[in-house]
Parts: sequence; structure tokens; C-alpha cells
Amino acid sequence: MSIEMTKADVPGVPLLEVRDLHVEFRTREGQAKAVNGVSYTVDAGETLAVLGESGSGKSVTAQTIMGILDMPPGRITGGEILFRGEDMLKMPEDQRRRVRGDKIAMIFQDALSSLNPVLSVGYQLGEMFRVHRGMSRKEAKAKSVELMDRVRIPAAKERVNDYPHQFSGGMRQRIMIAMALALEPDVIIADEPTTALDVTVQAQVMDLLSELQRDFNMGLILITHDLGVVADVADKIAVMYAGRIVEHAPVHELYKRPAHPYTKGLLDSIPRLDHKGKELYAIKGLPPSLTAVPSGCAFNPRCAMARDVCRTEVPPLAEVTERDGSPLGGRTSACHFWKETIHG
Amino acid sequence: MADEAAGPREPILEVRALVKHFPLTQGILFKRQVGAVKAVDDISFTLHRGETLGIVGESGCGKSTVAKLLMNLEQPTAGEILYKGEDISKLSGRALKAVRRNIQMVFQDPYTSLNPRMTVGDIIGEPFEIHPEAAPKGDRRRKVQELLDVVGLNPEYINRYPHQFSGGQRQRIGIARGLALNPEVIICDEPVSALDVSVQAQVINLMERLQNEYDLAYLFIAHDLSIVRHISDRVGVMYLGKLAEIGTDTEIYDHPTHPYTQALLSAVPQPDPEGRDTRERIILTGDVPSPANPPSGCRFRTRCWKAQDKCAEEVPLLAVPERFKDSDTGARHDSACHFAEDKDIVHA
Ligand SMILES: Nc1ncnc2c1ncn2[C@@H]1O[C@H](COP(=O)(O)OP(=O)(O)OP(=O)(O)O)[C@@H](O)[C@H]1O
Ligand SMILES: Nc1ncnc2c1ncn2[C@@H]1O[C@H](COP(=O)(O)OP(=O)(O)OP(=O)(O)O)[C@@H](O)[C@H]1O
Ligand code: SF4
Ligand code: SF4
Ligand SMILES: [Mg+2]
Ligand SMILES: [Mg+2]
Repeated sequence: MSIEMTKADVPGVPLLEVRDLHVEFRTREGQAKAVNGVSYTVDAGETLAVLGESGSGKSVTAQTIMGILDMPPGRITGGEILFRGEDMLKMPEDQRRRVRGDKIAMIFQDALSSLNPVLSVGYQLGEMFRVHRGMSRKEAKAKSVELMDRVRIPAAKERVNDYPHQFSGGMRQRIMIAMALALEPDVIIADEPTTALDVTVQAQVMDLLSELQRDFNMGLILITHDLGVVADVADKIAVMYAGRIVEHAPVHELYKRPAHPYTKGLLDSIPRLDHKGKELYAIKGLPPSLTAVPSGCAFNPRCAMARDVCRTEVPPLAEVTERDGSPLGGRTSACHFWKETIHG
Repeated sequence: MADEAAGPREPILEVRALVKHFPLTQGILFKRQVGAVKAVDDISFTLHRGETLGIVGESGCGKSTVAKLLMNLEQPTAGEILYKGEDISKLSGRALKAVRRNIQMVFQDPYTSLNPRMTVGDIIGEPFEIHPEAAPKGDRRRKVQELLDVVGLNPEYINRYPHQFSGGQRQRIGIARGLALNPEVIICDEPVSALDVSVQAQVINLMERLQNEYDLAYLFIAHDLSIVRHISDRVGVMYLGKLAEIGTDTEIYDHPTHPYTQALLSAVPQPDPEGRDTRERIILTGDVPSPANPPSGCRFRTRCWKAQDKCAEEVPLLAVPERFKDSDTGARHDSACHFAEDKDIVHA
């Protein structure tokens, strides 16, 4: 069965699945375990948010999926990346390139540096159609205008020959979205797509992105460090800490009842818009250096609940259930004491 | 934070009709002015002793320019900056230096605002070089160690270099330097924007503690509206070089009357367990116009859903709107809109 033929979902097989991925970097201080057993899935029409602080391994995971990891110094030391059930890391090179070129697209944080400053945006958009779809210049240009329209660039026809610097930050990010959409991929990975934008423009761009995701029934992986940004658009969240997923849950479940002390701490440390709080809760200390991740649970030096077992045994990603053991819709937590955390 | 029940304390900084235009020039040999970027255009506000005034607004609205003007790093095109009643923008030499001791600044970027070749001791002690009277030479090392301790860093780190610290720790170093001369005012330009959530909370708590301890006044510039609410006693909202609205934190957040403030508040994503779709969403269309060529009348009118003819013709003044003059609600505060309306966005 060739991948190109199956646009339909294979029942029971996720669209994209990362399974127990390990990535290391060779650094002067030793091996840095940037990704340390990450697993997540995304299905068609679904949005997965990957949340974590700086350096937690969000981008490295995405880069590995896209095949744009710097190797060396990076090295994939374990795991699988399954696209419709087939491991991309084991595919023949030409097939892998087709999947990554056609089926999975990526949007980066900094649109200005991902666009070529000396080529018009129309040319850069059109290139997708000329190179990947063998269209003529004229056809490609017409397609570019259509796409720019679709991402709501005003007067697209007049602006198709403009250069990146002639657009505002929000418009440039919408052009990046157009570029990602061009080949109608099955999955879009958006790495902090709105972090560099102002809040009102961020709202415009997030709105557009989730509308397109619904219309095209794509899987969307939304990487962010902002718990607020994903609230309105994500279906489920994977929280990363020091290269691992520490908690995974449907988005509103996670906000309502976090099952990992790190998630709980993050939620408690955000100031509120609707009332003036007292002193903020602050997680003590700093995220660890990836060349010297604490033994046992990586969060233990910062965790108010840590006990002896936390310093010696790595907590497995356990299934989180209700108090009586009934299931909780695929929730997981990598904490020895998830029961106390969620049920008190 | 100022004790609200006691009412505002004496003004320490007063900004009156402050203007900063950056000339736009053309030609290489014979530069001639072809226009001006109206970065700050007629802004007035007061900062009281011991209080925090938050300034919010989108990129390019002039926040950093206000900070630079207050720090005397830029010269105003017009207007006054009064420190205890004296216009500091016209001071020079010794008089200026004496005032500067009392107004310090903490910058946004903990990565570039510290000189990588200086030790932490030299960085924090640098203000003593400029103001030797603040600490006798033999006493400086001890003072620097004290400051490190105050901001929660190990005093033994005095000989380390900035790259040996994390972002949050570097921001603490910046705060320690800001505190060195025992100032009355600290201008903070996006002091936590570059930090991770968990570290942000640590730095905000530190700043609040120091404020109480040393009776500091903060001008706190940020684009994160939740953080600004948390730390501020009063808040000013800027748009394209002007103040759109200013009031106490309750007035601005619970009773915003300017459409721009309402749109900003509605755009802030909130991680609420039950939050989905309950707040009214105002999605603005279009982008912020260029400050070199701002719209006539109300500068917000090109993006305002309420704009009418009057908005293009008359500049709305920053004052309590007529209809709220006798109101006993939080809507009674300064707002620069012809059609101001009280609208609760964040609790809806
Ligand atoms: N090319 C590289 N060489 C060496 N180390 C790297 C490289 N790329 C990433 N790393 C390291 O891998 C770790 C994870 O980085 P990653 O970029 O995935 O973090 P992130 O979660 O995306 O953080 P951020 O929110 O800052 O983007 C970091 O410690 C980083 O320094
Ligand atoms: N030295 C300068 N020469 C010319 N224009 C300038 C100068 N400094 C600032 N400007 C312009 O003045 C306007 C206001 O800039 P300012 O840096 O004050 O904005 P800001 O509100 O701090 O934005 P941000 O949130 O991005 O930091 C911008 O249009 C900017 O390009
Ligand atoms: S395993 Fe222990 S240290 Fe880790 S999060 Fe749970 S309680 Fe805290
Ligand atoms: S004055 Fe007019 S354009 Fe300006 S904010 Fe008010 S209604 Fe909108
Ligand atoms: Mg990243
Ligand atoms: Mg600025």
C-alpha cells in the first residue's frame, strides 16, 4: 500500500505518531538529552498542543519529525515517527522526502527569517506549485493569489509581487501559513507561530489557523510556551519538561484538574486578567541542564511534593483514572504521586 | 503597592504634554526632512511615590520611547518631565546627574543588556563609578554582595560572568544594578517578557517585595495584560503614540470604556477550565497604521468597529467622558473616545 494513495484514515492508526523518541546532542559539557522518550499522536481534524518552557525539547522533536535536525551535533538514539503507521525513520529516502515535502508542513516562529528577503512573496509561494506540482509560472501565480486571499491578505492580486519586508509581522505570518497550506498537507506543525506577534494580531492569526485546520481537516501540532494561547484551539495538550512528556490530557481537563505537580505549578503561577490576585505562586529553582538531568524524576529538585522515591526512580507515564479507577479519556501523568495531585 | 484606602501619595514624576518626533530624512549628502515618526504624541501622566503605573500597548506604540525620554536617553520634541516639580529634560551637568541617581531603569532583554565581558560585581557596581558619593570605594564590594543577596542570588557569584547565569538570574542582576543607588523610581521596560512562566513569577514577586521594602515607584511597561494587572495600581493604555485610556486597575480591567482597550482585553488568551467561548471575542481587522502617517481624528478609527464621521474629524481628548462624569462606577475615568461605553470584557 503506497502512502500517496491513502488519504483516508486507517482505522485505529493515528495520522502521525511519535513513539518513544530519543534525541541527543554532543556538547562540550557532554551528551545533552534534549528529547528523552517523547510520545504523542495527532489525528486528522485534531489539534495537539505541545507545551513547555524554553529548552524542554519541543522544537527538537518537531525538527526530527520534519527531518531538519542538525546532525551532527544531533543524533536520533531511539524511537519511531509513524506516518499513517509507517516508520518514517526507516523509509527509503525518496519516500521519506515525499512524505515530508507533501504531507507534513511546518510554520516557524520567525516569519521574517524563514522567507527569502530578495524574492517576492508571490514567487516564493509559486515555487511550491512549480517545483512540487509542475505548474507553469502563470498557473503558479494564480494559485499564489488564491492562497493569499485565503489567508486574508488584503488586495492579494496587487500585493503578490511585493517583498517580505513590505508586509507587517502578522501578514508575514499569514503568508507562512499560506506556504504551509500550499500542497494541502495532512499535518501542520506550527512552532510558536504567534509568539512574536502582538496580542490582537495573535488572535487574528490563531483564528485563521484553526479555521483552516477545520476546513482542510488537517492534524495540527501547535508548539507553545503559553498556556493561554492553546486554550481556545487545542483538543489535547502534551506538557513537556526536560525532554519528556510529563502530562497528557484533553485541554480543559488539564486546566481543571492537573495531574502533575509541574503543570499545577505552571497554572498557579500565571496572573489573572479578571481579578487582582495576591502574591503569585512561583515554582522554585530553574529547569535542569540537559547534560545533568536529576536522577529519578527530573522535576524533583523543584517539586514541593517530592519524596525519597522521586530521587531514585524515574516515574513512568501512568494512566490517570478517576478515584474509583474508571478511565479518564486517555489522560497520563509521569508522577509517582499523580493520585494525590489530581484527587487531593 | 500603594495603600489604596489612603489615596494617592505625592507625585514624584509628572509627564506633561510629552512629544517625541523622530525626523524622517531623505538624501545622503544633503539630508532634508520629509516627515516624522510621531512615536510619542502629547502624553501626560503622573507617577506617585511608591506606586506602580503600568503602560500597555502593542509593538511600536511608543512605550520604549516614553521610557527613554524619562531616562533622558532621548530629548523630547516638546513637553515637560517634572521630577518633584523640576523639569529634568532641561537639566544638564551636575543637576542632571543628581536627579538621575534617583531614576533607574531595568531593561527587557537579560541577554543583551549586560556586558558579557564584565563580571557581575562590575556590572552591579558600575553605578558607583558614576556616582562615587553613593558608596566609598572600600565599601563597594560589600554593597554589591548585599545587593546580590537582596535579589536572591548567591553573593559568592560576584566574580562570575553573565553567560554563567540563566535568563531569570540575569534579570535579577539587572534589578540589582537598578537598585544600587537606592533610587525612588525604577523604569522597567518589559522586565519579564523574555522569561519563562515559572521564572517570571519569581521575578515579579521579587519586584513587589523590593517595592514594599524600599518604597519604590515603578513605571512598568509590558505587553502582557495579565502581568500588568497583577503588579499595577494604575494602568495606561497606549495606541500609536497616544494614551487611549488611563485609570486604576479595576477601572481599566473591569470597566474599560475605550474600544481599543476592550479589544486588547478580549484578545488575551486565558487558560480557564470553563473559559471556552464565554468571553466576547473582538477580533480587530487590519494592522496598526504607521506612526509616520497616523489617521486624522482618532488614531484608532481605522480599526474601530464603532467609528463614525466625527472620529475622523475630531481628535478625542483624554478626559472623563461626559456621560460618565456623574457615574458612581469604575467607568468614571479618563478615556479618549467620542463614544465611550462601559463594557465588562474579562468577566463576561
Ligand atoms: N543544534 C543544536 N546543537 C546543540 N544543542 C541543541 C541544538 N538544538 C537544540 N539544542 C538543545 O536541545 C535542547 C532542547 O531545545 P529545543 O529547541 O527543542 O527547546 P524548545 O522546547 O523548543 O525551547 P524554546 O521554547 O526556547 O524554543 C536545548 O537545551 C537546546 O540547547
Ligand atoms: N531612534 C529612532 N528613530 C526613528 N524612529 C524610531 C526611533 N526609535 C523608535 N522609533 C519609532 O518610534 C515608534 C515607537 O517605538 P517604540 O520603541 O517606543 O515602541 P514600543 O511601544 O516600545 O514597541 P515594542 O513593544 O515593539 O518594544 C516606532 O514606530 C519606532 O519604529
Ligand atoms: S514524581 Fe515526585 S518529584 Fe516528580 S513530580 Fe511527582 S511528586 Fe514531584
Ligand atoms: S473615537 Fe471613534 S474611532 Fe476612536 S475609539 Fe472612539 S468610537 Fe472608535
Ligand atoms: Mg523552540
Ligand atoms: Mg519597546
